[in-house]
Amino acid sequence: MENEKVIEVYGLSKKFREVHAVNNLNLNVHKGDVFGFLGPNGAGKSTTIRMLLSLINPDKGEIKIFGKPLHKNRIEILSKIGAIVESPDFYGYLSAYKNLEIIGRISGGEIPRKRIMEVLELVGLEKRYKSKVKTYSHGMKQRLGIAQTLLNDPALIILDEPTTGLDPQGMKEIRDLIIHLSKEEKKTIFLSSHILYEVELVANRMIIINKGTTVIEGEVKDLLNAADLKVVFEVNDPQKAKSLIQKNSWVSKLDSIIDNKLIFNLSTDEIPFLNRYLVENSIDIRAIVPRRSLEEYFLNITESAG
Amino acid sequence: MKMTALINIEIYKIFKKWRTYISFIAIGVLIPIIHIAMMIEGEHSLDYMTRNLKQSFIFVGNLLNGYLISYLILNSLVVHIPFLITLVAGDLLAGEATAGTYRILITRPVSRFKITSSKFLAGIFYTCLLVLFLAIMSLGLGILIFGQGELIVIKSSGIIIFARGDIFWRFLTAYAFASLSMSVVAGLAFLFSSLVENAIGPIVATMAIIIIFIIISAIDVSFFQAIKPYLFTTYMNSWRLLFDNPLNINEILSSVLILLGHVAAFFFAAAYIFNKKDILS
Repeated sequence: MENEKVIEVYGLSKKFREVHAVNNLNLNVHKGDVFGFLGPNGAGKSTTIRMLLSLINPDKGEIKIFGKPLHKNRIEILSKIGAIVESPDFYGYLSAYKNLEIIGRISGGEIPRKRIMEVLELVGLEKRYKSKVKTYSHGMKQRLGIAQTLLNDPALIILDEPTTGLDPQGMKEIRDLIIHLSKEEKKTIFLSSHILYEVELVANRMIIINKGTTVIEGEVKDLLNAADLKVVFEVNDPQKAKSLIQKNSWVSKLDSIIDNKLIFNLSTDEIPFLNRYLVENSIDIRAIVPRRSLEEYFLNITESAG
Repeated sequence: MKMTALINIEIYKIFKKWRTYISFIAIGVLIPIIHIAMMIEGEHSLDYMTRNLKQSFIFVGNLLNGYLISYLILNSLVVHIPFLITLVAGDLLAGEATAGTYRILITRPVSRFKITSSKFLAGIFYTCLLVLFLAIMSLGLGILIFGQGELIVIKSSGIIIFARGDIFWRFLTAYAFASLSMSVVAGLAFLFSSLVENAIGPIVATMAIIIIFIIISAIDVSFFQAIKPYLFTTYMNSWRLLFDNPLNINEILSSVLILLGHVAAFFFAAAYIFNKKDILS
């Protein structure tokens, strides 16, 4: 990926009454990135996105997009951005086509009919372009949301939970579209999600935030693969397994025992060796569940936030 | 982005909404009902209005004419038409918040001031169009049904009878003045619309203020009479000054300036609030 920074955020903070929605947040998105912006519900993702799009004024901090301060270059910057913020809402009393035509005109000029139909086709709405948006399902509105982000051929696309409300097929189509936009059309994509798996599939860099603050930031492959695995061995006789483990060096890898589950910190290569050792000592293994520590951590903060 | 294109979009959006037509339907139904009532009861009512005068004067010609009916309808303007104006003006900004479409608008490369201005001007366009429709329905239809004639205006200071050829321009100016009065109402509803995220609030708040101001103005207590000059509703009925003879130009101009000042103040306050507003909807 290229090193040119598309989004730079320094010390960004926003408080609503006494609640810090975003607290001293820093992040960088480079040109060509598919940047995963992860966090549980209420972590401050949407507030951050709203500040990136000047829907909300930050209390503190600086936002630079395309190398320019947002507050001084708002119009120029927004002309190069396509965005969905939370649920995609449109003028329900107008057709999908008319909505896109109006959005295009507000964005700076007449959009040719061919281009409007092109983006509608890209998201599979070309057959319903005349229907009023109020007759659309949530999934269809979500697709129309994606269509409107692409209308002006933006350099940066900001997608706030774009797969919410979609069926598995719809989710896959959106993921494929994101990959297409990144790889074929060289767009920079800022993808907010609360699903690690979703980000893992499409993003090359990511940040996890919680309570408005950065938890971790970096390359997806580094963050997910370099970390040790937490491997859960579900056994028939945990007491016997425990005393067996305590007699040799595996004990240093043992993290905890919960009911009939022995949890180890292991590398991928160590799993078959420990498995063989337990089986050879007459311990029946019911299941082996590997979990990356980041995934474990993300699951914990997601569950506690939920 | 050109302002004219933005205004056109806003006007298009206004006229694509069902609620916009409620006002036109209401006027389209109400005014013919008044005309029918005047056809049936008009002569009797006119006799009652002029019963004392008839002891001293002889009236000749067509007194129950389109002009008189328009004059009577204009008198109801300050109470009834504002509600129809607020239906649309109160929805201009708050309606976008309710629908969640603020996000579409504000994430586009256009300044918030332009968004506010285009919406406001579209609201003023709707207001003027509604008053024009009222003029066509009351004056146009009135003349068509009842014909033209002299206009008799009864005031506390006396009776004025306007000659047939001296009336039409007064009505045209009066309707222009009415458009300005109603623009103040639209401005106030627009200001409330910038504060909230639901169109009901601006409608109720605007109507509450107008009704309170009218009641205060009507109570004959020196305290209320002292504050009357500071209430914009006092000047909304100044179109009646156009039916004075001779015209008090200074008073008319001063009313126009006061109303224009209110329109500007409400607009700039709304623009300031909207510019600072965090969009959370």
